[in-house]
Amino acid sequence: MNGIPLFTYIFIMWILLIVGGGLLVTIIAPISITGFGTINHLLDSSIKALIAILLVVVWIFIMSKIKNWIFQKQISH
Amino acid sequence: MLDKTIVGIIISAIAFVTVYALTPLLIKSLTKRNLVVKDYNRVGGAMLPRPGGPSILAGILASELTLYAFFPSVEILAIMITTSIAFLVGLADDRKVLGGWFKPLALAGCAIPIILLGAYVPHLGFPLFGSVNIPELYLVLIIFIIPITGNTINSIDVLNGVASGFMTIASFALTISLFIVHNYDIALASLPLGFVSLAFYKYHKFPSKIFPGDSGALTLGSMYGVITVVGHVEIIAAIALLPAVINSFLFLSSVKRVIEHRQIKANPVVHTEDFKLMASTEKEAPITLVRLILAHGPMTEKEIGFTIFRLALFSAALAIITSFMMGIKI
Repeated sequence: MNGIPLFTYIFIMWILLIVGGGLLVTIIAPISITGFGTINHLLDSSIKALIAILLVVVWIFIMSKIKNWIFQKQISH
Repeated sequence: MLDKTIVGIIISAIAFVTVYALTPLLIKSLTKRNLVVKDYNRVGGAMLPRPGGPSILAGILASELTLYAFFPSVEILAIMITTSIAFLVGLADDRKVLGGWFKPLALAGCAIPIILLGAYVPHLGFPLFGSVNIPELYLVLIIFIIPITGNTINSIDVLNGVASGFMTIASFALTISLFIVHNYDIALASLPLGFVSLAFYKYHKFPSKIFPGDSGALTLGSMYGVITVVGHVEIIAAIALLPAVINSFLFLSSVKRVIEHRQIKANPVVHTEDFKLMASTEKEAPITLVRLILAHGPMTEKEIGFTIFRLALFSAALAIITSFMMGIKI
């Protein structure tokens, strides 16, 4: 059937979204920064934001690699 | 609940009938004023009226105002204001060719009413794992969501009927998901989006009688974005949009910068002698969803549209499965 690699790609994106969400909720969200007085909250949010952005970059990198792998034949055409 | 069901039927009918009745009048008016553009994929290159955004916005406002009269809420106000501003951004782009960065920045501004009205809860919910409270980060997320959904729908508006047909599938999936997560008020507010898209599809499907233009595509995409925020269904909404997200992702990763489609040097698809579409062999041509679909060989515009709809239905099914998973915590 035409488009099977695209269905596969969408399915992999879905799995990665769920796994990424799991990482955010279980590992990154509980991180708590203390010992910096009034800037604790700001530092805490900034670090979490930085990690979240890094995760998005990693997600894009993985999707890009999977794209090349799945669509290698099509792209080389 | 019975009241809400009756109101749901009323606003769905208003949304559908408004667009269904106004679009032929808009087609006549635009044609009379020579506001037409060439349909490059049509044999002979027919001139079609554009934009269809005004009838889409009229359908949305008529139905949402009716809903607001029955059940006033800041969420419905946020939907109407943000969608209207996004329409104006699109209309400006329809009238005058603006730079690649204009739309994302202007659409980011469209998100401000959501923040000012406080029509959001700063929790990001994930399937199976629960939610995270991100008060500051969520504001940044709101600013990003509207440009992303608006431009994503705009970027898939490449063939007859694709943007409106795709939006019909994605928005009904979103409405079903909102019901599943028991967010009935926003599910009700999201109904007009599906019915407006469906009514517009009647005139936009192959062979198109009108193009939505940037005002139409941005109106639909932005309304989808606001519903995502006020309905707290960010992840589910992203999943329902995956085929369009892939299109944007493939385009951006091949051109490596934010540009307008009209600025690209080589077209990703070309015509065969019998006027089917086939993937371009030019190295400078960007990779798009349509180009990948055509990698197997030439297809008609209608066949490509239906392939995209099958992908949209698959994503819609995944979104609905995800909404069931929101209630499960491991």
